[in-house]
Amino acid sequence: MTYQVDDRGYYGEFGGAFIPEMLHANVENLKKRYVDIIYEADFQKEFDNLLKDYVGRPTPLYLAKRLSAAYGGKIYLKREDLNHTGAHKINNTIGQILLAQRLGKRRIIAETGAGQHGVATATVCALMGVECIVYMGQVDIGRQAPNVARMRMLGAEVRPAMSGSRTLKDATNEAIRDWINNPENTHYIIGSVVGPHPYPDMVARFQSVISEEMKWQLKEKEGREHPDYVVACVGGGSNAAGAFYHYLDDERVKLVSVEAAGLGVDSGESAATSVLGTIGIIHGSRTLLMQTEDGQIIEPYSISAGLDYPGIGPQHAYLIESGRAQVYSATDKEALTAAMELSRIEGIIPALETSHALAILDKMKLKEEDIVIVNLSGRGDKDLATYIDHLDELT
Amino acid sequence: MKNRIIDLFERKGGDVLNVYFTAGHPELDDTASIISALDSQGVDLVEIGMPYSDPMADGETIQNSSQKALTNGMTLALLMKQITTLRKSSNIPIIIMGYYNQMIQYGEERFLQEASEAGVDGLIIPDLPMDVYADQYKDLFEKYNVTMSFLITPETSDDRIRKADKLSNGFLYVVSKSSITGSSSTISDRQKAYFNHINSLDLKTPRLIGFGIHDKTTYDTACEYAQGAIIGSAFIRALEGKGGLKEKIDKFIGGVRR
Repeated sequence: MTYQVDDRGYYGEFGGAFIPEMLHANVENLKKRYVDIIYEADFQKEFDNLLKDYVGRPTPLYLAKRLSAAYGGKIYLKREDLNHTGAHKINNTIGQILLAQRLGKRRIIAETGAGQHGVATATVCALMGVECIVYMGQVDIGRQAPNVARMRMLGAEVRPAMSGSRTLKDATNEAIRDWINNPENTHYIIGSVVGPHPYPDMVARFQSVISEEMKWQLKEKEGREHPDYVVACVGGGSNAAGAFYHYLDDERVKLVSVEAAGLGVDSGESAATSVLGTIGIIHGSRTLLMQTEDGQIIEPYSISAGLDYPGIGPQHAYLIESGRAQVYSATDKEALTAAMELSRIEGIIPALETSHALAILDKMKLKEEDIVIVNLSGRGDKDLATYIDHLDELT
Repeated sequence: MKNRIIDLFERKGGDVLNVYFTAGHPELDDTASIISALDSQGVDLVEIGMPYSDPMADGETIQNSSQKALTNGMTLALLMKQITTLRKSSNIPIIIMGYYNQMIQYGEERFLQEASEAGVDGLIIPDLPMDVYADQYKDLFEKYNVTMSFLITPETSDDRIRKADKLSNGFLYVVSKSSITGSSSTISDRQKAYFNHINSLDLKTPRLIGFGIHDKTTYDTACEYAQGAIIGSAFIRALEGKGGLKEKIDKFIGGVRR
């Protein structure tokens, strides 16, 4: 059994490319060329060099002793928070900007929710001297002011998405519309393992550096490449896709996805897509998504702007449906508590997204001999305003 | 019964005017009144948009009208009822345009069966790929006597144009330009060259040109290069203006077909 994309662009029954004809030529061109381009020697060399010297890879694999003492097992943190720009997002944008150059595209568009992917895109565009337009829901622009300022400082134009709920899914719609209107000179850098094939696979390949490093780093520390568990949070699912990638076919490794339960899975204010979602089409991909009986897409809720996406990457839908990945969810409150705890006992302030992954350690009932890697996908600087709001009740 | 769209194109080889509007907009129950007014103005074909939360192939005007329609309470079940009722007094060919996810959630066969029974003649589902249609749905569409129109754009290769021609019945939807914003410029020489190229391919299916057709000049030009044209955003904007529904429609269509 393989969990990678098949030659039709599907993971089991999930994936595909359900796009209007206006996007066909660009997506088809990408589909035909992305694998060849990515594995060219000079692409690989440039990608590796930038990841090393610009992004700061490899990121450490750190044995969190006090966290391990609290929950049992040996818990390692894969420190993606130490990447330039503060999260794993830049692994993908470095890859896609190099790809865009080879496709001859001189104008970059992106969507962003919390602004992390927008910042990572604006960063690589500044690095390469390329025009950058980031679509961001008007509501998100209001609540993520520091990241909006970062993007502008980096030379990007931030365009508000005014339609629908004016959040991430609407920013994605606006970016797609921009691509339809500018098919010749523009590349769309999607920030997660979502969208039409080949995006989910392409983004997963760029993020796969995370598990590639985990393998040799764990070998150095434990004498074996495989942990018993890899734990990651899932919104669209790019950090989890990268953390799982090289372990997908190793059944000794249990893959654990953590979704945002918001105020509770059954509260009506949640982003737990695998529980609340049904099969449908979102942003060109057949996957699980939150929708009404009439197929209208429902706006999800989470305290974390990076996890409140109404769909889930098609590979994750497949991993979950096939039983390869176990799914947990964590509420806003549980995530906040986990963020405070990691800060206190390990001296690391995690992103709110990542805090959801940390929040389920207690529920996992780890055994002493278990080796666990939690993908620490981002740092918490961007979430300080939220943390400040809850500081008194949680400390 | 013979499909009304097929019948239309057998009777009429040019000046076919197709007008798009969003079901449930401006008001929830306007569908029948709008169609009645279009019918009495001699419009040949109507295209009813099923409002969708995330209409990625549409421009801003249609997206906004869709949002308004959803807020008004529009649903697919209600649209089927409205069409069933208005069919008692109108024989105008009707297409519904919507997104693949809406069809999936309704149940594909149930959707086709109820649409057909209500009196719908054809569908446009812009995000349903040709291959998926050919593999999974073509037979069902034929079973329920519903036509399918695929889109072609200036970026579509000749091979794909031929494939769309082969799979479409009723008409081919010729997207006039690489833009969905419904901008108000005239038809350029580059667009005319693209229409001429399509005409040189000797296709079997009649063509209607859409996107950017908004007044008499653009409509007349489109009709020189195809069997007719589709007006969408401009009509929706006209509906949003002041005045009675029928007066607004009479004035707009009268202006196009002066």
